[in-house]
Amino acid sequence: MEQKTKINAEDGKQELVITREFDLPVELLFKAHTEPEIVEQWMGTKVLKLESKKHGSYQFETTDAKGNKHGFNGVIHEFSPNRKITRTFEMENTPFGVQLEFYEFERLTDDTSKLTMQILYKSVAQRDQVLQLPFAQGLNMAHNRLQEAARKLIR
Amino acid sequence: MNLRRDVFQALADPTRRAILLLVASQSMTAGAIASNFDTARPTVSKHLQILTECELLEQEQNGREIYYHINAKKMKEAADFIEPFRTMWEDRFNKLEAVMKKNKK
Repeated sequence: MEQKTKINAEDGKQELVITREFDLPVELLFKAHTEPEIVEQWMGTKVLKLESKKHGSYQFETTDAKGNKHGFNGVIHEFSPNRKITRTFEMENTPFGVQLEFYEFERLTDDTSKLTMQILYKSVAQRDQVLQLPFAQGLNMAHNRLQEAARKLIR
Repeated sequence: MNLRRDVFQALADPTRRAILLLVASQSMTAGAIASNFDTARPTVSKHLQILTECELLEQEQNGREIYYHINAKKMKEAADFIEPFRTMWEDRFNKLEAVMKKNKK
C-alpha cells in the first residue's frame, strides 16, 4: 500500500518536510487546522486556546496514560485562509525548544488537496531528538502494557 | 536506544555515507576505501571505526586483509528510524480526513 504521509528529513539538516494529500477540498483541510473542536478530534489533544489569526496564539494540552499533563503552545505569525499558516510550536517543560512551522495548503482538484508542513528546528541534534520521540514513547507504551499485564498476573 | 542514536549520527556525516555507498556494491579493504577519498588515511580509518562500532559495517578477515562489508539489517533499521514519527502523523491525518468527511455532509 502506498504511504499517504511522506516525511523528508535529510541527514545533517535542521528541518523536515511532511507532505500529505487529502480527499478533501482545500477549504475543509484548512478548516481542520483552525477550529478548536475539530483540532481536538484529530490531534487527540485538548485545545485550551486557539486564535486563528495573525499574531494569534494557541495552547494545547494532552494527558498521557499515566495522567500527566503535557502543554504545547505557540504563536501564529502568518494566517492566510486556505493557503498558509506560519507558526511557532513549543513543547512546554522539555529541552526541545521552539520550532518554526510553515503549513502550506494547496488545492489539487475541487475535492482533493495537499498539505506541506516544513518544520525548522534550532539544530540538527534537536530535530533528530524530536524525530526519536514517538519511538521513545512507543517503548514507554510497551513498557506500560507490560506493567499492566504483570499486575493482572499478580492478582 | 543509544545504539540507534549512534547509527543516526553515523549516517549524518557525508563522508561516512559515501563510504557506505562505496561498500554497498562490494566488500573492500580499508586501503581500497581510502583511495577513493582525498581525506587523510587516518581520517578514513576513524570513519570506518565509527561505522563498524555502530554495526553499519562489518569486518571480515580474508587472509592478511580485513574486508569491510555493509550490514544490511542495520541499514534497514536506520531507515526505519523515522517510521514511528511518520506513523504518528499518518494516524493524525487519517483522523483529520475522517472527521472532515463526516462534517462535510
